Parts: sequence; structure tokens; C-alpha cells
Amino acid sequence: MRHLLAFCCCLLGLLLPLAHCAETKQAPLAQGAESNTTANQPPANIAPLVLDLTQAKLNKLLPILKQLEAVSDESMVPLFHAMMHGDLYFIKANRQLVVATEESGQRLYKGLYSHVLMPSISEDDLKKIRVNNRLRGYLRNAIARVHLTAASPDVREAAVRELLAHLDKDTIATLERLYPNEPNKKVKETMGLALAMNTASQTNLPDSTRIAAIDRLSTSLENDVRNKLTTLTYQDNPAIKSAAQTALKHIAQRVERFNFLNQLFFGLSLGSVLLLASIGLAITFGVMGVINMAHGEMIMLGAYTTYVVQLMMPNYIDYSIWVAIPAAFLVSGSVGVLIERLVIRHLHGRPLETLLATFGISLILQQLVRTIFSPLNRQVSSPSWMSGSWEINPVFSLTLNRLYILAFSLLVFLVLVMVLKKTSLGLNVRAVSQNRNMAKAMGVRTAWVDAMTFGLGSGIAGIAGVALSQLTNVGPNLGQDYIINSFMVVVFGGVGNLLGTLVAAFSLGIATKFLEPVTGAVLSAILVLVFIILFIQKRPKGLFPQKGRAAE
Amino acid sequence: MKMKTLVSAIALTGATLIPLPSLAADTIKVGVLHSLSGTMAISESTLKDTVLMLIKEQNAKGGLLGKKLVPVVVDPASNWPLFAEKARELISKDHVSVIFGCWTSVSRKSVLPVLEELNGLMFYPVQFEGEESSKNIFYTGAAPNQQAIPAVNYLINDLGVKRFVLAGTDYVYPRTTNKILEAYLKSKGIPAKDIMVNYTPFGQSDWQSIVSQIKKFGSQGVKTAVISTINGDANVPFYKELANQGISSEDIPVVAFSVGEQELSGIDTKPLVGHLAAWNYFESVDTPENEKFIKEWKAYKHDPNAVTNDPMEATYIGFNMWVDAVKKAGTTNVDAVEKAMIGQKFPNLTGGMAVMGKNHYLSKPVLIGEIQDDGQFETVWQTDKTVPGDAWSNYLPSSKNIIADWTSPINCGHYNTVTKQCSGGN
Repeated sequence: MRHLLAFCCCLLGLLLPLAHCAETKQAPLAQGAESNTTANQPPANIAPLVLDLTQAKLNKLLPILKQLEAVSDESMVPLFHAMMHGDLYFIKANRQLVVATEESGQRLYKGLYSHVLMPSISEDDLKKIRVNNRLRGYLRNAIARVHLTAASPDVREAAVRELLAHLDKDTIATLERLYPNEPNKKVKETMGLALAMNTASQTNLPDSTRIAAIDRLSTSLENDVRNKLTTLTYQDNPAIKSAAQTALKHIAQRVERFNFLNQLFFGLSLGSVLLLASIGLAITFGVMGVINMAHGEMIMLGAYTTYVVQLMMPNYIDYSIWVAIPAAFLVSGSVGVLIERLVIRHLHGRPLETLLATFGISLILQQLVRTIFSPLNRQVSSPSWMSGSWEINPVFSLTLNRLYILAFSLLVFLVLVMVLKKTSLGLNVRAVSQNRNMAKAMGVRTAWVDAMTFGLGSGIAGIAGVALSQLTNVGPNLGQDYIINSFMVVVFGGVGNLLGTLVAAFSLGIATKFLEPVTGAVLSAILVLVFIILFIQKRPKGLFPQKGRAAE
Repeated sequence: MKMKTLVSAIALTGATLIPLPSLAADTIKVGVLHSLSGTMAISESTLKDTVLMLIKEQNAKGGLLGKKLVPVVVDPASNWPLFAEKARELISKDHVSVIFGCWTSVSRKSVLPVLEELNGLMFYPVQFEGEESSKNIFYTGAAPNQQAIPAVNYLINDLGVKRFVLAGTDYVYPRTTNKILEAYLKSKGIPAKDIMVNYTPFGQSDWQSIVSQIKKFGSQGVKTAVISTINGDANVPFYKELANQGISSEDIPVVAFSVGEQELSGIDTKPLVGHLAAWNYFESVDTPENEKFIKEWKAYKHDPNAVTNDPMEATYIGFNMWVDAVKKAGTTNVDAVEKAMIGQKFPNLTGGMAVMGKNHYLSKPVLIGEIQDDGQFETVWQTDKTVPGDAWSNYLPSSKNIIADWTSPINCGHYNTVTKQCSGGN
């Protein structure tokens, strides 16, 4: 009898492979879920709400979240946090909540309440708890409300600032309760600001109290404070109205100053990009006199090198840049040496042919990249330490990636100047560029120096590519976007003068950024170009022309 | 000796010539006019593959009218005048029955006179600015009223947006769309001071001061949104800069009309999460038709990570409608197919029926989605019914009274309903 049963089972298994399959697939999941069932449960008082969360439609989620916030306290933060970032999932089989985390490039799921990794769970077993902008906004505030009592003063301060725009009765009551006992000075100040915002808009308070509050507000640069003051200027009470107007005027003056600084930074940042892109050209074109139309492609090769380096070390994106910089220098540099040896050397003294030949090389390199990497742009990730911004005050913040690139461009410039001034290679380069025949007569291997100079210029273009990969798209056309600007900078600065390139890059960057808000991006680019054409008419040798015999 | 060579030469030419007519007789040629090199290759090469896949499937089903479909692929290389040359070549040299092609409006405008002169037939699969209707073109992408206007309604009604930034790349599609949007916003009572318009060149990479302007414009205490017609890869540094300057999608959402799954597949989507896009199709929409289409596409590309997008769906609908129209007409003759096309119905991949209107525009559903961290869209809003495409916008004074109707008695792509005149042209 038992044999027969076993046989029947076997037959069934053979006949219904699909059902069998489903069964075996279900088994480990059920097991995995079972082992975590005890630990991964929400507290009993919110369990029904959590269940609702997994069943409701997107537009019905907000009331559920509000109830959740009302019935519970700090324990809600992990749920809210995961949901806000779109990392909250539930297991289809038993509706338990899990959080997705990324560990060494792998996607893993943890029980929301058990904090235990669930290796048996795969994406197919899960469904995401959806979230949209309205919910995200709500969650952000809800978290801030809980964080008002957090241990870290920075978190508390961020929470108060977050809530400035959403001061409801409950929040004000909480703040009034917390304010007197707040130990941290900075947090207390921000809390005071929030309370002053509330006081200023209370129509039942005496004018003098409200005006004092407005005076307190006039010292702040917070955007929400400005909005509050603006609404106060629409009020009927003339005393309040004029006080608010004075406060606004006071703030506007300070904001204006910071705006100017902001624009200056934008200009410097654009200048640093121009400097990086053109500094290699300043050597190949400026010092050697070779019109290298493939310079942009050297930048592109550097950017693609960054991409390949990141591909090879996917778990160490934060450090990949440090590998990419020398790698890009070597790749672009050796391609540069190759181009010089194979093509440019044979066209020495024929600028027009050099121009055409290097233009052809640029097209070949572009198509080569298209064939190898596809015509689609490649994704280069930014290291985490380069993302975000350094907030100095609410109206003035510097984006970190631009700040690093600004510093980096100056460093590259300095190193290059040192190489040219202090090393024997630099001495040879300067000798050859000043008087080729005389240098040759003195025993300088001009052919070797030419190749090395071209390699140096190209290698630096490659380094520029690493920096640009952090700012713009890495694609086959990357170089084309920068070649015109690079020539513009070198010609404007004065051919053969590195300092000129520096000054030209930053002045063009700053000029463009100050023009842009007034004229728009399209017109500002045109105006800068027109200015350079006129300038070159007046001073054909650029800002810093070479003097003496070297000018010949 | 001489005679012999002559004979063999004749025999040779004969041998090569004779099979040709018979080959032509049992095949139908389909032209594919998408850039495979240059800047537009990023977007257009996908559509070429889509058409090839659809042709392969149709042939597997037994072809069309008992004949095999043969693709003729040419590369206009993102070069607008070359589009016209290649179209001429396809029609007069290769004798194709239909062309699937173009992406940018400027390439379509370049092909249009050739199509009208040689009486060719083309399907255009990309969302565009409208303001055109040709007897020889069927527009299967979205017109402004099927993408831009519903998106603005969503912003005003659902998100309570009262200030708008219209940011676009400086060329015909963004300029025309923004003109329509500005007129529409004003008709909705949004004052001019609450609308900021900004244009940037193709491939803009330095967004610092523009984003800082947007931030300033958007932090006046009134809910602000950006409507972006920024094209192509300039979007990546734009979103990056938004994130770097601390503007999140909750503060100032960006609604894009040119950012789809394909564009998102090559970039880090973390800074984009929560920003919006308006399309007629999202890969994430859960229907059996869509699932099948995605599966076929991944199999065809041999790439489990291949994504689908809106212009692909438009190509899919256009191709299938053409197949049905040819079946109905019983011939590939352009005039007969053009007549049979009007009123053709075909199921959308997102549900519902697409219907070809008298103005050569499709009726389609409109979807608004939020970008997710996996590069897909989560639908947050959609129209209850399909929206018929409007060839001439009702919000522009110059085209308010114009309609397109390719059925008798009007038979015109630019018909003034007030003066009752067809001004020819398109």
C-alpha cells in the first residue's frame, strides 16, 4: 500500500511538473518566513495598521500613516525612514515588512522589526510599499517631529529647520515645551526662531511683542522666515506691516551679498572646468604649436578610463577616483604619444595638414568608442564624499563636487608649472619650443621631447576627463563639447603661456556666469564668443603675449 | 571569343535580373529611417530594432497579404538634410511601401516635402509639438494635449502648484510646446510673473546658475514645479545639479516630457527619485499585452536588462495598424492604405484601444509617473479614457480655428473652421 502511494506521488510529480515546481519554490520561503515570524512582528497596538499599510492603495496611505504617527512614538522612525527612501517591502506570503539594504553591491532584505537578514527572500517574493511625493513630504515631517527630541543636537537642529515651513499647533506646543530646557545653543536659537515666527503671526498678541518677534526674524536667512515675513506685509496692521517690510529689506541686502558670492563661485567652478579642459591644449598647441583637434577625444578617453576603472572595482567606488587619475593619465598619454609618433611627426611644420589629420583622428576615436562601448552614454557614479553640498548658511552653499574640482584644477596647474620649470623634461620642452634648431644643436633629442610633450598634454587632458566624468555625461561626444572652449581659452590667454590660460579660463568662466542670469545661457555663450573675436582683433596674441625672441 | 564573352555577359545579367522581379513580387519592403550614428543614435537605434523585431514577428505569422516583409534599413546619421535624401532613396530607389522613421521634429520637417512629392507613407513615433498634419504621415507619438496639458492639469489640481518654470532646450519642440503651455497657464489664471521660461543650448552641462535661479524662483512660499522639455543627455547633469543644490522632488518637482526608461537606463537614478514624467506608456504598467511585449523585446535583444519605452510602444501601435490597414485595403498602395488607416483600432500596451483619428493623430491614454530608484516609473495618475490627439493646438491664437481632417469633404491638413478654407500646406 505504501509503495503504491509513493508511486502515485511520483507519477503526480511527473505529470504536474509545474505544480511540483511551485511547491519546491514555496517551501524555502515558507521556512524562511517561519523562522523569523516570531521576531519580525510589529508591536501589537499597531499591527492592524501595519497590515493596512500593505493592503491600501497609494492614495489611501496618508491617513494610515497619520494614525501610525498618532499611536506610536520613536519606534516608527525606521518604518517611516525606509518607506521615504522606497526601501520598504512586504513579503507577499505573510505580509511581513522587510527593508532592502545594499551591502557590498548586493541587494539584501532585513526584517523591519527583527533586524535579521533574510537570505532566502528574493525579489519575486516581495512587493514594494509604494510612495509618492506627497507621502515623502509627510514622512519627512513626521520623522522631523520625532527627531525634535533626538539625542544628537545636529539631528534636533535639522528637525526644527525642517519643520519651519510646517508649524502647526501641536508642533508649536512641543517646541514651547522643549525650548526652555534645550541645552544646545544652536538648537535653542533655531527653536527660538520657530517660536518667533509663530508669535509674529498671532493677531491676538500686542503689537510690541509681535514687532520684537519680527526683529528677531530679521536676523535669519532662512527661506521660510522670509516667506512668513512676506505674508506679514500683506496684513492690515500698519505697524506690523512696516516692521515686516524693514526686516525683509534688511534680509534682502544680506541675501544679495551671498548671491554675489554664489555667482562668483559658479564662475570659478566653470573656470576650473575650462582650465582643466584647456591646460593640456595649452601645452600641445601653446608650447608645441600643434593644432590638435583630437584633444577633446583625449578628455573623452580619460572619462571612459574612469568608467572602466569603476567597472573593475564596483565595491570601492569611493576610492576608484584615485586609481582613475593615474590610469587616465597613462591611457590618454600613451594614445597621445602614439598619435605624435605615427601622424603628427610626419606633418611637422604643416599646420593645415596637422589640423585635418587630427580632426580625422578625433572622428576615428569617437567611432571606436561607439563600437567598443555602444553609442549610449555610460554611467559613472560619484563617490559619496563628492556628493551633496557644504551649507554655509541657508542662502549660500557650495556644491562639493565643484569645490573639489576647483581645487583639483589648481593643483594640476601647479604641478604642471613645476614640471615645466623644475625638471629636465620641462627644460627641454621649453628649449625646443623656443628654438628647435638651437636645442637640437645643443644635443637635445627633439623628436623624443616632442613625443613626451604631446604625451604630457594628452595625459593631462585625460585627467581632465576624470574630473568631467563627475560633472557631465560620459559618451562618445564628450570631447566635442569642450574642444571649442579649450581653443578659445588658449587663444584668449595667449599662446604658449600657462599663466595666461589660467587667467583666461577663470575670467571667461566668471564672465559667462555673471551674464547667464541676465541674458540666458544661449545668448551668454554667443556674447562671450563675440567678445573674444573682438579682443583677438585688437590683440592678436592674447592676454599675455610672449615677448622677446621666444615670440618668433 | 568576343562573342562568347558577350553571350556570357548577357547570360550573367539575365541571371541576376530575372530573379529580381519575382523577388519583388512576393515581398513587401519596409523602410527604416532612424539614425544609427551621431548624437541621436542613443534614442533612435532602439526604434530600428523595434521595427526589425515587429517585422520578424509578422513574417513568423506568415507575412502580409501572403508576402514576406523585407526591411530596408538606412542610416541618416543624425544629419537633418540626409534624412530627406535617404527618404527619397527609400521611396524612389528601393520602392518601399512604408517608412518608419525620424525622431527630432527637424528631421521630420526635412522628410515631409519628399514624402508629399513622391506620395510616400511614413509613421512618426515620437512625442512632439503638433502644429502639423500631412496626408503622408501618421503621428503615433503624443501631441501636446496628450502629454503636456494633462501634466499641467495634474500639477495644478493634484499637487497645488501655482508657479511654473518652463525649462527647455533651445529648438522647435520645446519652444512650441512652451508657447502652448504659457497660453494654457494664462488661461488657467496663472499670472505672467509666476511663469519663468528658460532655454539652454543642446548638451548643456553647467546648470549651476540656472538651477540656482530655479531655486530662488521656487522658494517664495508658493508651490513651484518645473516643466522640463530639456532634451537628451543634458538632463543628467541637470538632475544632478538639482540634487547637489538640495532641491528634492517634494520641494520642486520636475515634470519631464523627454525622459523615459531608455534615458534613465544609463544613469544613476538616485538623484531623480520622485521627479515626474508624462507619457502614454510606462514599462512598469502591469497588463498581459505589455508583459508579452517586454518579454519579446528582451528575448530579441538577448539582454535581460533591455528596457522598453513610449516611442517603442508608438512604433508598435503604428506598425500593427499599418499591417491591419494593408489587410483591409488588400494592397500596399499608399492612397488606399491611407484611407484604410483612418479609424483603425489597436489595443494599447497599457490597456484600452488606440484609435487613428481623421487628423492622422492617435487617441491614447495619458500617464504620469514618478521616477523610482530602479529607473522605472510608478504611475501616480492617469486619464480615465483615451485622449484624441489634437493636431492644431486650441491654446495658440494662430491655430485656434485650424483643424486637420483627411476625410471628405474637408480632406485638408490645415482647414480654417471660420473662413471654411483649406490653406494647403500643413
